[in-house]
Amino acid sequence: MKQLMLGNAAVARGLYEAGCCVISSYPGTPSTEITEEAVKYDDIYCEWAPNEKVAMETAFGACLAGKRSFCAMKHVGLNVAADPLYTMSYTGVNAGLVIGVADDPGMHSSQNEQDSRHHAIAAKVPMLEPSDSAEALAFAKLAYELSEQFDTPVLLKMCTRVAHSQSLVETSDRVEPGMKPYEKNIAKYVMMPGNAIRRHPFVEERAHKLQEWAETAPVNRVEMGGTKIGVITSSTSYQYVKEVFGNDVSVLKLGMTNPLPVKLIKDFACKVEKLVVIEELDPIIENHCKALGLAVSGKEFLPMEGEFSQNLIAKKMGEEVYEGRTIDDPIPPRPPVMCAGCPHRGLFYILSKNKVTVLGDIGCYTLGAVAPLSAMDMTLCMGASISAVHGFNKARGAEAEGKTVAVIGDSTFMHSGMTGLANIAYNQSNSTVIILDNSITGMTGHQQNPTTGYNIKGDPAGKIDLEALCKAMGFQRVRVVDPYDLKACDAVLKEELAANQPSVIISRRPCALLKYVKHEAPLTVDPVKCVGCRSCMKIGCPAISIKGGKAHVDNTLCVGCGVCEQLCPVQAFQSTKKEG
Amino acid sequence: METKNIMIVGVGGQGSLLASKLLGHLLMEQGYDVKVSEVHGMSQRGGSVVTYVRYGDKVNSPIIDKGEADYIVSFELLEAARWLSYLKPDGQIVTSTQQIDPMPVITGAASYPDNLVEKMRAAGAKVDALDCLKLAEEAGSSKAVNIILMGRLSHYFDLPDAAWQESLEAMVPPKFLELNKKAFELGKKA
Repeated sequence: MKQLMLGNAAVARGLYEAGCCVISSYPGTPSTEITEEAVKYDDIYCEWAPNEKVAMETAFGACLAGKRSFCAMKHVGLNVAADPLYTMSYTGVNAGLVIGVADDPGMHSSQNEQDSRHHAIAAKVPMLEPSDSAEALAFAKLAYELSEQFDTPVLLKMCTRVAHSQSLVETSDRVEPGMKPYEKNIAKYVMMPGNAIRRHPFVEERAHKLQEWAETAPVNRVEMGGTKIGVITSSTSYQYVKEVFGNDVSVLKLGMTNPLPVKLIKDFACKVEKLVVIEELDPIIENHCKALGLAVSGKEFLPMEGEFSQNLIAKKMGEEVYEGRTIDDPIPPRPPVMCAGCPHRGLFYILSKNKVTVLGDIGCYTLGAVAPLSAMDMTLCMGASISAVHGFNKARGAEAEGKTVAVIGDSTFMHSGMTGLANIAYNQSNSTVIILDNSITGMTGHQQNPTTGYNIKGDPAGKIDLEALCKAMGFQRVRVVDPYDLKACDAVLKEELAANQPSVIISRRPCALLKYVKHEAPLTVDPVKCVGCRSCMKIGCPAISIKGGKAHVDNTLCVGCGVCEQLCPVQAFQSTKKEG
Repeated sequence: METKNIMIVGVGGQGSLLASKLLGHLLMEQGYDVKVSEVHGMSQRGGSVVTYVRYGDKVNSPIIDKGEADYIVSFELLEAARWLSYLKPDGQIVTSTQQIDPMPVITGAASYPDNLVEKMRAAGAKVDALDCLKLAEEAGSSKAVNIILMGRLSHYFDLPDAAWQESLEAMVPPKFLELNKKAFELGKKA
């Protein structure tokens, strides 16, 4: 039976059908739904790990023990997990091990648009790239066959448009591969120099065998059409090429992008007059072709940045494109904003008001950088806020220590903030770290983490006590504030910046979008009292606007958090709660 | 059949997901190849969001590009105007007249253009505008705007009513089914 299935759900289905037993992942757009869908299959053990490195090592342990395993992450997550990946390439696997990695060209929800194919090349592991949901399902299953046949972890590369598009798939039953025996093998699995040096030739030989496999693999297919132009492409770019040209051009569609075939490409090149490579981001297939001595064009006319589309490819290939009509008025942009009632808002208002330098991190709260709060000076990668505030303070000394903070969410803190905190405790900078504890991993759509007390299924789980943890690391000053209470936030911030010791402030209130969070009645503005001073506009709440010179609350958005109320000099805000 | 394109646009959090699920199911059941493309993550936080629904004999690209949309279904007026360039020359806009100020308007850095329906019509677009929020409240919940819009969109499709009803039953949780069926009727008759 055909079903319409999200690309990420199709990966999960493929894992299920292939008999995958253990999945450990860290959420990251656009990879998150693979694990969220997989957890619906009772035959697969699934968990959220604290970070991608832990996830990958957990999956490796499971494959070593003899069960097919998997981990998923976004492209930048693979940087975090690169350390185990590069050496797992040497050890190889026992049962199959597949790593899902999702790139985000166009940066819909990412801090860079790196091309994770580079990791496949550098780690010398095979990479499969599906172009729709049916392929996502099929390639997930194929990945396990390759993993066990060639004794290697396999990267399954998604991108936003494959991960977050639904297309038709046909499902089949799960095949239980059974548990592989575990046999102690020091030479294969203990990667100290003497053993690793003997494994490296195996890696090179495997790469060669995989390339031979790629020459005739059905996932790399030639679709002959017109022979004036031959296009080599992969992933979602293939879909755009077919959309624009149909069968007017010939296409070599690569389902495996590492290693790349040689003879297949050369033979294809011989059959067409002009060879073009159409690939998003970096010219990896193109450079491979050039290294083979082929005359090929690609990045000389196609962009290195952003996503492709059918119009972009049509235009770049010299076709006429109708690009629609517009109205004359400028359309104001609608950037993402902190939600009404977001607990981060009050805290960021206080940071903005105190004009502190804010070293930020990755999460919803990165939106604290947006006007009118504009309360962020840096965002780099997961965990960088805490390490960087230490470096900033070491460089500028006491003058900076009194007006600089790190802000980091609870999930990001567990991911890679703790090690930075250890550095502050150990190397003694008088830094102030604010943990924005909204009791969930918010940005990626509400995943549990080690501080929430629940596991991926929502069942009770171990719960790390943030206060006790910080104290155990040597922080004597650990304060907890409610970010809805502006006065308390202001007082605690001032005290901790002035203190002669490093401190941690835990700004604690659950995400306003969590189902269990009860909202207060919306507020309303008394237009007689309101003097139109715009004090309430300083917090950038999407529920508040100025209508006819007076503040106005949108009662479909307002959750009654009361932060605006605390800023009003004339008490114009009133609750709509009915008495009694 | 040549591929047909429906865009669903709005503000993050307005509930476009159910609308695209409904359309995806409906069109698949009619035997078409279907692709539905969504955006998750940061842009969902009150930002401008778009979902692409494409169907036909064989659908390749998961996205809809400028000048390609047969229909733009919009939850919010400014968003209809923002995505206007994606409409085909003879395409149809079905929009709610609800207005939600984006942050640059809230802060006073930009203004919300006036008379957008008239301006889009002056640009040659066919615009069907209705107060979906009011109709949704009439149906029993302000959250039913998505189904009001689907009811309205059903006008333009040559599909039996039973097909829409079946999709509603398949995609809406039972406890909200009656409300959504009412919303669909209100949208259709508006």
